[in-house]
Amino acid sequence: MRVLTATIKTKTGLHARPAALLVNTVAQYKSEVKIAKNGQEANLKSLLDLLSLGAEQGDRITITVDGTDEDEVIAALQRCAMENELW
Amino acid sequence: MYKGVPASPGIAIGPALVLPKKQFQLEKRVIQDVTAEKNRFHQALAAAKSRIDDLIASAQAQGQTETAKIFEAHRLMLEDPELIAGVEKRIAEEKVNAEFALETTVNFYINLLAQANSDYLRERVADLKDVAGHVLQLLAGDGLQTPHIKADCLIVAAELTPSDTALLPLDKVQGFITEVGGATSHTAIIARSLELPAVVGVKKITSAVQNGDLLIIDGEQGAVLVNPDPGTVEAYRRKQAVLHRQKEELARLKGVAAQTKSGKTIRLLANVGEPWELPKALEYGADGIGLFRTEFLFLNRETLPTEEEQFQAYKEVLVKMEGKPVVIRTLDIGGDKNLPALNLEPEMNPFLGCRGIRLCLKDKALFTTQLRALYRASVYGQLKIMFPMISSLEEYRAAVKCAEEVRAQLIEEGHPVSSHVPIGIMVEVPSTALITDLFAKEVDFVSIGTNDLIQYTLAVDRMNEQISHLYTPFHPAVLRLIKMVIEQARKGGIEVSMCGEMAGDPRFTPLLIGLGLESFSMSPSALLAVKKQIRTLKNSTAKALAEKVLALPTAEQIKAVLGNEENKE
Repeated sequence: MRVLTATIKTKTGLHARPAALLVNTVAQYKSEVKIAKNGQEANLKSLLDLLSLGAEQGDRITITVDGTDEDEVIAALQRCAMENELW
Repeated sequence: MYKGVPASPGIAIGPALVLPKKQFQLEKRVIQDVTAEKNRFHQALAAAKSRIDDLIASAQAQGQTETAKIFEAHRLMLEDPELIAGVEKRIAEEKVNAEFALETTVNFYINLLAQANSDYLRERVADLKDVAGHVLQLLAGDGLQTPHIKADCLIVAAELTPSDTALLPLDKVQGFITEVGGATSHTAIIARSLELPAVVGVKKITSAVQNGDLLIIDGEQGAVLVNPDPGTVEAYRRKQAVLHRQKEELARLKGVAAQTKSGKTIRLLANVGEPWELPKALEYGADGIGLFRTEFLFLNRETLPTEEEQFQAYKEVLVKMEGKPVVIRTLDIGGDKNLPALNLEPEMNPFLGCRGIRLCLKDKALFTTQLRALYRASVYGQLKIMFPMISSLEEYRAAVKCAEEVRAQLIEEGHPVSSHVPIGIMVEVPSTALITDLFAKEVDFVSIGTNDLIQYTLAVDRMNEQISHLYTPFHPAVLRLIKMVIEQARKGGIEVSMCGEMAGDPRFTPLLIGLGLESFSMSPSALLAVKKQIRTLKNSTAKALAEKVLALPTAEQIKAVLGNEENKE
């Protein structure tokens, strides 16, 4: 299992385009990917779940990846976050 | 008469077809066979997905990227693992039918999203309802209901979702009226791309109209007439016939050169503010894009577009124009046009405030991102970059410095960049118009933005209705400035064009050609009318007209002369 913690930098938080970007990034991988904020958890492969989590700018988030391709998922997430200045 | 928001121009006359509001009589049933029920759900899901894939493919094939994006978001919802798991869980644990399980699961998310304090999330609620409605229809075993339409009709609906529209037999539909929506709603976008008249935001129209009522849609005025008297129908039929004839007559000019009778060729370019206007520009034979506004990338959203997103948009227009010149204007925002993502402070005099290049020079990150995207796209066609609201050479030099730095940086990073990207300015501030000769030594081209040039020259706020009568392109001062810009630019050996409303108004065509203008940029729909005007002109007549008009003392007299049909010959 790999864990990634970050603080949301993007102005709108994880709504709008950033949410769809993240979901699309992890959708193709086998690993289970969860995102948590203040003890609330959501499936990062689910757009509806992620939107409902309502992660805002400045929120501290924890992403847990569990599965055979977890390293690749972490790398893909970091790349996506960097290119789009998500966190 | 009912008034709404004009969404797509044209006149349509015909019987109404009122689309019923979607109401599903949802029944909660107890099921025995959990596996069979899950299978039923998955079959409906697969059918809905394959339908959406078709819609995406056909939208893409027709170049409607905006519509395609809407459907792509829909597919993401159909594939949502939590939504699917939620439905399966309810079927298995509560032993309820798939319809009920889906409805409850969807409502759960709708409640969560509807609480959000964000327009974006509320729009997603509409998408989610649209998608779920589809699956429910498929579960009901009706297939996707295509309304039975045998004859031509005008569609009246509370709301038309993109998937509703896609299901309509569009060869029979002559126009659209909806209760909700603004000029940028889905219905408006689709109607314009189909060139069908549409009026949106017409309150309570579905209860005012019955199936078969005779309707008139005036897409220009945003008016809807219900069961008008025969005289009115006759008047609109004549208006419709005139529009139709004009359209046909103009259509014949599509492949014809924009040449005066004396053999002088004029360049006709298109102004494009939204990607959907591009195919139209090509269809009407534009020689290139004289003004590509980039504001659409920034408006109606809460975040700024990334470099990558902008790069894709600029690349797309360059590729689609197949090597023809494309002038892309850097962000012209600020003042009255605010962006949520920028948090601009309200100003006392927004039109004299921090807008256009002034804002970009203040917010370097914003400017640099756009310039990077532009230069990266430059290898895909013939790009020209244009700065708006330039009022001094210092500003122009500062903007060019930014551009050069960005260019050097990209080359250092190993990005391919076109070796020649001309840089020019909008001439829309009188101070710049007055020193066109000095600018001509440093810029590659100028484009006269008449809308702002008029308001700044005449000190008339064009948003203020109390003084709207003072806003006139016929004012001799405006014409003198235009004459000066054209002359000085030509003397300095740089390209000069015009991209304001005046360029697309055939009344000004003879005068502008007489003043020496050879390049006009306008909304695609004006191209053919201006071309027609050009083809009736002799250079000597145009010159004589320009001399005559420039000697007149008042806007009224100038208007009388330019409005006169006789000087076209």
